[in-house]
Amino acid sequence: MMRSRRRPSFTTVMLVLGLLFLYLPMVVLVVYSFNESRLVTVWAGFSTQWYGELFRDQQILSAVWTSLEIAFFAASMAVCLGTVAAFVMTRYGHFRGKTALSSMVTAPLVMPEVITGLSLLLLFVQMAQLIGWPADRGMATIWIAHTTFCSAYVAVVVAARLREVDRSIEEAAMDLGSPPVKTFFFVTLPVIAPALAAGWLLAFTLSLDDLVIASFVSGPGANTLPMVVFSSVRMGVSPKINALATLIILTVSLATLLAWYFMRRSEAKRQAAMQQGEGV
Amino acid sequence: MMPSRIAGVIKRMQLGRRAVIAFPLVWLTLFFLLPFALVLKISLSESAIAIPPYGPLVEYADQTLNIFLNLGNYLFLLSDSLYVAAYWGSIKTAFVATSVCLLIGYPMAYAMARAPGRWQLILLLLVMLPSWTSFLIRVYAWMGILSNSGLINNLLLGLGVIDSPLRMMNTQFSVIVGIVYAYLPFMVLPLYAHLTRLDNSLLEAASDLGSRKINTFLKVTLPLSMGGIIAGSMLVFIPAVGEFVIPELLGGPDTLMIGKVLWEEFFLNRDWPVASALAMVMLLLLLIPIVWFHRYQSRELEE
Repeated sequence: MMRSRRRPSFTTVMLVLGLLFLYLPMVVLVVYSFNESRLVTVWAGFSTQWYGELFRDQQILSAVWTSLEIAFFAASMAVCLGTVAAFVMTRYGHFRGKTALSSMVTAPLVMPEVITGLSLLLLFVQMAQLIGWPADRGMATIWIAHTTFCSAYVAVVVAARLREVDRSIEEAAMDLGSPPVKTFFFVTLPVIAPALAAGWLLAFTLSLDDLVIASFVSGPGANTLPMVVFSSVRMGVSPKINALATLIILTVSLATLLAWYFMRRSEAKRQAAMQQGEGV
Repeated sequence: MMPSRIAGVIKRMQLGRRAVIAFPLVWLTLFFLLPFALVLKISLSESAIAIPPYGPLVEYADQTLNIFLNLGNYLFLLSDSLYVAAYWGSIKTAFVATSVCLLIGYPMAYAMARAPGRWQLILLLLVMLPSWTSFLIRVYAWMGILSNSGLINNLLLGLGVIDSPLRMMNTQFSVIVGIVYAYLPFMVLPLYAHLTRLDNSLLEAASDLGSRKINTFLKVTLPLSMGGIIAGSMLVFIPAVGEFVIPELLGGPDTLMIGKVLWEEFFLNRDWPVASALAMVMLLLLLIPIVWFHRYQSRELEE
């Protein structure tokens, strides 16, 4: 087309500026994590001492472990819950409680965290009074809270995939006498597996990232990573947190690169298969 | 024999169907809907020095059933100008931040949707990647950039553009920058989803018929991407109204926001009933935006 020779359009310029806006602060974080000075704003030479301090900080290390554990179990449960919710919403036609279910799936996406956190805490307190559980708030209560709001995100991701999937294969399996449960596990599930993986990863990062809800429903025993980072950041900037930020950014970037590689490969495979199909 | 067996199978299938529906419905009712009823309940109780720190709503003593509905917390919110100012400040800040997000995000999403096919996935991942790192740390990044001895001030002072540092931290400005920065990906994503679905032949038809570019945009592109604008705006506006981390880390005394006030009422004053009343009023104010978002989103979910 002609436009490639012309000067870049307004929207392209905005896209580049927008991406710079998104990435420059992260670059600053990474650069200053290698700063020798304690002052984050004055460059005093290259050093990796803050990484050493980070790995000696027992409080942060144990918080990382707590957060990973909660995120793993919350993401796993959220995938089960969210997938069933998405399946019911997209495949079951009309049933009693559908409006209620769809509201409860979409509302957590936008609900301010302070409201969700406060309301769940009040629930746990009342439950403890009524049935004696949970006696102590901690990992279990954070797990329930995270599972609940993460399952909404999973449901949206999986529902999008379920809508794309060709339903005739499922219907064919059922017509051939496959019971619904078997059809789900052997026909539907393999096709939506990429969406389940994406949903799991999204839920995992959301759970790792949550500060507000965890602060409300946690007890004295469980400190997640965001809670530890927050109490440190409140005091002002600290190069140790920059080092932590760098490691997080690195991990997420590598995971994204890996995801991109697999997505591109499966896309290439699909195109090759389509071309072969046309050839025959 | 046969019909009864079939009936049995159907009955079993319906039972299974009900069980499948019940699993998410019961979980979400118990852990999402029911808690709101409890917030309402506690907001009507009286603050007390006890564990948990509120009084009972129902009491049975001397053969009398007493029901206490204490509206005092709500009246208290109205009487103290701090709370009204905090609600107003939150809505104002969230509105400005949402508008800025839309103004930046729309052209970005448009350029992404127009980009060559193999670039689209890369651009999408690039826009989303920051939101998969840590929200807290991304807000923290701006503390080092905007503070009086921060990066921008050092740069401007070094270049001799200014003589004394600009006060950017702990102002309305820093809070809005923080919200825009943190929430921009959530604006771009739904806009991009809508703009890629846009049928190119419509735009070509408009231009073939002699429509000017700006007219085509206003009469074709903009209305057809309205769903994305609404979804994106609500994904930014609603959580931003209740935002706590950003006003706490980047805000100052003149950036009163309700999420922070609620947090302090709860954690510092330990006044659970007032915190609950604050939450109920916030929910009421956000009800219309939430319903709006839901109507758009459930169409996406079910169709």
